[in-house]
Formats: sequence, structure tokens, C-alpha cells
Amino acid sequence: MSDSVTVLIPTALRPQVGDQEQISVPGDSVKQVLATLNTQFPDFGKRLFKGDDELNRFINVYVNDEDIRFMDNLDTPVKPGDELSIVPAIAGG
Amino acid sequence: MLDFLLDKKGFFVAATRPKTHGQGRDTERQMSYVRALTCKECAADYPVEPRTVCENDFGPLEVAFDYTAMRGNVTRESIQAGPDSLWRYKDLLPVEGPPRAGLRSGMTPLIRADNLAKKLGVKDLYIKDDSANYPTFSYKDRVVSIALTKALEFGFDTVACASTGNLAHSVAAHAAAAGVRSFVLIPHDLEEGKIVGSLVFGPRMVKIHGNYDDVNRLCSQIADKYNWAIVNVNLRPFYTEGAKTLGFEIAEQLGWQLPKHTVVPVAGGTLLPKVWKGYREFIELGLVKDNQPKMYAAQAQGCSPVVEALRNGRELFKPQKPDTIAKSIAIGNPADGYYVIKIVNDSGGYGAAAQDQEILDAVKLLAQTEGVFTEPAGGTTLACAIKLIESGRIPRDEPICVCITGNGLKTVEAMQGQFADVPIIPAKLNDFDRVVDELAQQPAPGAALTSPLVSVDPPTPRTQPTAATKPATP
Repeated sequence: MSDSVTVLIPTALRPQVGDQEQISVPGDSVKQVLATLNTQFPDFGKRLFKGDDELNRFINVYVNDEDIRFMDNLDTPVKPGDELSIVPAIAGG
Repeated sequence: MLDFLLDKKGFFVAATRPKTHGQGRDTERQMSYVRALTCKECAADYPVEPRTVCENDFGPLEVAFDYTAMRGNVTRESIQAGPDSLWRYKDLLPVEGPPRAGLRSGMTPLIRADNLAKKLGVKDLYIKDDSANYPTFSYKDRVVSIALTKALEFGFDTVACASTGNLAHSVAAHAAAAGVRSFVLIPHDLEEGKIVGSLVFGPRMVKIHGNYDDVNRLCSQIADKYNWAIVNVNLRPFYTEGAKTLGFEIAEQLGWQLPKHTVVPVAGGTLLPKVWKGYREFIELGLVKDNQPKMYAAQAQGCSPVVEALRNGRELFKPQKPDTIAKSIAIGNPADGYYVIKIVNDSGGYGAAAQDQEILDAVKLLAQTEGVFTEPAGGTTLACAIKLIESGRIPRDEPICVCITGNGLKTVEAMQGQFADVPIIPAKLNDFDRVVDELAQQPAPGAALTSPLVSVDPPTPRTQPTAATKPATP
């Protein structure tokens, strides 16, 4: 098992992360994982966050297929091997 | 320049388009009034292509039209000269060439519901009945007509969708008729009628363990990987424009007037903002008077993130895990929930949520007063309309339109246990006489379906049939 969390990047955000489809990032919480990505890829972070601790409302984040809003939002804990998906909110209906 | 319209029988006919649409417009190249795709948040423009969110802020993209060019060219007369389908509004839709799907969709009945109005103690009540939509009996035939046409214009050979059932029906049917491959993804626990009603058209169906929101998330990821036209993902800006036609039809069928109050079911939140956009476009073009219409959101109590936000004065909803009999509107994480809340508030409307039994009672009430059998989503909308009337949010003396978006024959399981056992008798006249006497002791149909706050006058027979396209008086 990897010692990192796998972050799945949607097409619209791939230009900001060197066109990678997924990135392995260490961290104990969603916030920590995304903060690490933000440091590595500032343009990515600008689109992902509205403020320091507030996600852009048009982006949903899932840990192992569960929406973090049903857990502890950005404080949701993650462990190595978890999959964190970033998905645009505007779909369906 | 030639354009194509459909005649009353749905055939293509050449029609002359205005030679100029506005200053600087390239009339030889452009076939529509579409200006661009525009981000609803930052107003950034994008070319017209399969794309659904803005690169800058992930805000939704919406089709922007050149209303200046439309003015004087898109008129009541030009619309009335069009086919007896939603394509009569083609100038207000994001389609470049001739319609290629849904040639008979739309123009569903607008029923002046006098029996129901009397029962509810209101003056003017209208039912916009998309349970009669063609070919798959729900409002989804509107959005799919546009999305399929657009998919073909873009050159896709596969269309797909995430669906609670009605959209799967519509995508599968329209794709079959258009001769393209379809994939429909649905939650694993949909009603049998929704499954069979899709499979019969020959789509590739995949059931996903989980609820609609799980299906939807997967579809977003599929859209990143497969070069398919997923109608409610990468074609969503075009797909949603089709929902405007419900608003256009209400206005035209009311004799080019808007109802003061419109009650709309909210699932993913596509419909309400687009009915509103349809109203605003007609106002902008001078086709109807601005009577400051109000919009109301209807949800099942077991899946009511938008109504919850409206009640609590929040501009953002909290997602919910759906638990309701109204499966076709069981979307706990509505894509356009934010905009529904905004439009409802901006228009001065409100929202209501109904319990499952209230939903079923409303299905029966609509059937037994107006002869319309809707699915639980429609029962939800009517039940919520009743709550809004009883609470005084909707005045009893102003025109009200309730949008019924799906057909009850697809969800008959939902009505199990709602009726007394049907007697079985020998084929003898004496036995029939006995049954007639027994049935006479039972309450009249619909008698138990009104709340204490509602008028209990018996319904009166309708004196005049209501025609699909005959303008009604608001």
C-alpha cells in the first residue's frame, strides 16, 4: 500500500498540475493534502479554494467515494491508500 | 439564406431567415442567435463546444444569446408560425442547423384545473402536464431533444446520461430514433417501470450501487475519460436550455401572459432556473408583460436540501442522503441548487417539502379531480403547492401554475396499498347489484384527500375541454 493519498484531478484542473490525471500526496486530513497540492501548484489552489478554509462551492471533494460534507469537511481524516477525488459540482439533473 | 423549420406534421420545410440579425453579424455563417458559452459567475466567454464549467472558477457555463439581434425578428407571429412542438422556439434554442431529435416533443397540455381549484379554494389554477410529453412522458423529452440535436451537430456517435429514470428513458428513445449508441447509468434500486421503459429502446444500461449522486459523480469522471456526449455533463449548457421551453409554452398557452405563481419540482435544479430564464427572455423580447412572476420550489421531505436552505435563509444548501418515495427527484446534491435558491428568493417565492404520504395523496387528488396520473414527483409538486397555498405564501386569488413533470404509469409500485381491494364476483347480476350497494357505502373518490384548511365543496364537471394549445385566460 502506498504511503500517500491518491488525488484524482478532473480535466479542467489538469493544466494547473502539469496535465497529471492523479497525484500521490502525503497527509493526514483532506485539508493537509490539498494544502500540500496548493503549495506545489499555486494556480491549482487558486481555483480550488474561495478563502483559506473554504472550498470553491462549485467543487466537490470525495474521500473513497464519500462526499466530505457528510464527514468532517476539510478536517476529514485520510490515511495512506485512500483515494481523494476532486469533481466539478455542475453535473447532472 | 435558408433555414429549416418543421411544419405541423413535423416535416422539415425551408424557411427564409431575416437577412440581418444585427450590426456586424455574419449572417451567412451563423444559423442561430447563440453568442457564446458564458460563465454564470465571472462572465468569461467560451466558444460553443462540449464544455460545462469555467476554467477560472468552475462556475457553470450557460448559453448566451444575442437578444438585440432577436428583437423584431423573434415575435409572437414567428413562433406561432412554427411547428406544434418545442421546436417552434428554435430561435431561442442553442441549435445551429435543423432539429434532429424530438420533432414531436413539447407543446404538452396546459390544463385549466377548475375542479382542483375548487377543491383547493383558489381562483385560477393551471396544470402544465408534461406527463403527456412525447415520446417518453416526462419533461426530460425537452432537454434531450436539444442535447441529442447538439450531440449530432458536434459529431458524437455515443450519448449517455446519469439518470433517476426519466432521463434514461428519454436518452434511450431519442438515441434509438437518431440511430446513435446510448449508455444510461442509473441507481441500482429504481422502479421496474423505469428499467423496462429504458431497456425497450436498446440502450447499454448500467446500474450503479448507490444513489443518484453516486451515479452523477461517476458520470463526471466518465466524461473526463470517454469521448461521449453525456447529456447532463459535458452537454449540460445545451441540455438545460431545452427546459426553457416549458416556460415558453406556459406563457404562450396562457395567451402570452405569465402566471403570477409557478410551482416547480426541484431535483438537480435544472428546471426552475430555466423556466425562469424562459419567462425573462419572453419579457426581454416584449412577448409578454413583466408581471413580476414568483417561483416556488417543491421537494420531497426525504430529499429537501434546497427547501431546507430556503427555510433557514441560507444561500448554500447542505447535501442530503435521499430517502423518499419520489425517486425521480431524489437528488441530495443538486448541481443547480444554488441558483434555485437565488431565483426563488429574488423572485419573492418560497419553497415547501412534502412527506411521502402527502405526495401519494396528491397523486390521487390530481388524478381524481383532473384525470391526470402523475408520478410521485408530480405528487410532490402538487402537495407542496397546496402547502404554499394553505400557509398563505401563494394567494388564493392570483393565477397559479403547477408543473407536473412525469407520468404515474412508470411508477405504479409507488401506489401499492393506496386503494381498497377490488371486488371479484361471479358473472351474475345479483352479485353485481350487491357490490354496487357495498361500493355506495364507501366515500366518493377524492373525498378524503383534502386537508381541513381546504374547501371541501364537491368538484364540478368540467364544462369545456381544455386544449393543448388553446390559450387559457390567466
